[in-house]
Amino acid sequence: MSTRRTFLKQSAVAGSATAFPLVGGAQPRPVKIGVLHPVTGALAYSGQQCREGAMMALEDVNKAGGIKSLGGAKLEALLGDAQSTPQAGAAEVEKMNEAGVSAVLGAFASAICLATTQAAARHGLPHVVDVGVADQIVERGLKNTFRFGPGYRTCAQVAVANLHVLNTAAGKPAKTVMIIHEESLFGTGTANLLSRELPGYGYEVKEVVKHANPTRDFNNIVLRMKSVNPDIVIPANYYNEYALLVRTMQQQKVQPKAIYSVLGGAASSYKFLKEFPDASNGIIDCNHWFNPRDKRSLELRKRVEAKGLFFSYEVFMAYTAMRLLADAIERAKSTDRAAIIEALAKSTFSDHIMPYGPTKFVDGQNQGAQPLMTQVIKGDIRVIIPREYREAEPVFPLKA
Amino acid sequence: MLSFDVLFPSVLNGLTTGAVYALVALGLTLIYGVLHIVNFAHGAALMVALYAVWLLKTHLGIDPYLALPIVVPGMFALGYLLQRVVINRASHGKDENILLVTLGLSIVMENLALMAFKSDTRTIDTPYTLTTVAIGPAMIALPKLIAFAGALVASAVLLWTVRRTDLGRAIRAVAKEKQGARLMGIDVDHVYAMSFGIGLACLGAAACFLLPAYYVNPQVGGGFVLVAFTIVVLGGMGSFAGALVGGLLIGVVESLGGLFLGESLGQIGIFAIFIAVLLFRPQGLFGARA
Repeated sequence: MSTRRTFLKQSAVAGSATAFPLVGGAQPRPVKIGVLHPVTGALAYSGQQCREGAMMALEDVNKAGGIKSLGGAKLEALLGDAQSTPQAGAAEVEKMNEAGVSAVLGAFASAICLATTQAAARHGLPHVVDVGVADQIVERGLKNTFRFGPGYRTCAQVAVANLHVLNTAAGKPAKTVMIIHEESLFGTGTANLLSRELPGYGYEVKEVVKHANPTRDFNNIVLRMKSVNPDIVIPANYYNEYALLVRTMQQQKVQPKAIYSVLGGAASSYKFLKEFPDASNGIIDCNHWFNPRDKRSLELRKRVEAKGLFFSYEVFMAYTAMRLLADAIERAKSTDRAAIIEALAKSTFSDHIMPYGPTKFVDGQNQGAQPLMTQVIKGDIRVIIPREYREAEPVFPLKA
Repeated sequence: MLSFDVLFPSVLNGLTTGAVYALVALGLTLIYGVLHIVNFAHGAALMVALYAVWLLKTHLGIDPYLALPIVVPGMFALGYLLQRVVINRASHGKDENILLVTLGLSIVMENLALMAFKSDTRTIDTPYTLTTVAIGPAMIALPKLIAFAGALVASAVLLWTVRRTDLGRAIRAVAKEKQGARLMGIDVDHVYAMSFGIGLACLGAAACFLLPAYYVNPQVGGGFVLVAFTIVVLGGMGSFAGALVGGLLIGVVESLGGLFLGESLGQIGIFAIFIAVLLFRPQGLFGARA
């Protein structure tokens, strides 16, 4: 029911809203940013999580007054869908370029990022890579491409070195390894790096098995695992396949000494933890992770969870990538693409929740970026390595 | 790798997959055997049936197995109408027209699905999705076991229909001698449409058994239709027993291929068999009429 008083209140609000621009003078033109992710297709879940993270950062920046050096200009997202294929991703970049965006942020999967960064480079369009772990992304000399997080070479090296530390501390119970990876650039590249690194530490890589996306039956792979009987199983794949693989292992009663993931799609995922608490127990992962000592990461987690979403790595990676971009636009004092690229290259962005320290780009790669090692312990994901971020003592090997 | 504990589960797994392949191939071989239609829309029709099962489960909460009495008649009706209203009219009595019409239908169906459902891969979660049953050293997922049993029962029903009922006799008569059948008072157009309908009804059953352990996206049919064609050729064009045995055989070959060559190369064996059959036994395992 509408009373006279509420009517007055509403008209006052409406009045002030329409009057505000007159008081504040002309609003500065918004800064258009292409937010490009695979929100449909096989990678839809991850893509949607990324988009959510990026949009939250964008809203935070706008709420805090926008880009101050541009008179409080708001960031405006132009959403794009890469449909889980590189071709569609590249086509979206062309559209965003036509629409006059100042920068592109995306595009989650390595294979898609490879295509979108290249398409953006043709137009001198700055491209911040939010996840895309393949190192080729930043190794082609593209001046427009900046990756805030670590690449898979760093992740593989950190993972293998730490595996050796854990194994040595436990009296070297593990000697053999089986790698299961998805067949696109991310999985194949990670598997190749691991196969190269592991023998150097004295581990025998018994099997490397690849699979398609999507795969709905891991029985054969798990049977192979049974016959190979590896001490350690290393999966490198996306969420759905990771989850199904681990569940199939549970069904077939295959229990290696450790499931040791490198950038495992579901290994350090609150979603997986909630859906399959038994299957996820004890899984170790070397992956993107936030600084657990930073209070703001917990606040962000609460906000994400309040929306009914899981605080997955996609969310906080895309969130911080957007903050990094906003910081660069602030310092560029311009919506000009070249100026933003220059500001990104000189970035020392340190006001973030990742365990990277101040940003320093060399050839588009943030030098301080590092993965953390986590393990699912007593129903929660805890950081086990490195020591300065440690929340729990590692459990290795797993008791059968 | 060659131990019984590994081979036995892999063979069982292959048999369960093969039974569903057989069901898909039975529909295809019926349509081929009677109508002499190489039905390129078979995969797309399976995709439609899978989406129907998915919709029933996610929107109405109907269990995929309880959806059988809805999806099977639904697919039958779709098949009957497609044959009578579209394929029969558009063909103008020429086989090459039919080929193009079914190909066109498959493209239309896939793109309609793309429009309606996007290219997302969708699955359903049932309480028994992850339940396993121990058979000797093998742990077989319950939905696959049900699919195996269900596909065999559905095949038996189909075989009985063709061998023992009046409709089945009419179908066989039309397949052998169209003019003669017409002279005997058989409504040939009706039998054609019935056959097409039954062919698609097989897909409806296959979809209900498949989805609890599988996924659906607009392109899902493509993988099945190639395998189904191989099975039809392997078993002998138009042979029902051939399709059943061929389906099981192909399932096992695929499973063992996946085990030894890796998942990405697992299907090589299927197509090697396809080529070998065409070279050395073009009439197929059970084909007598070739």
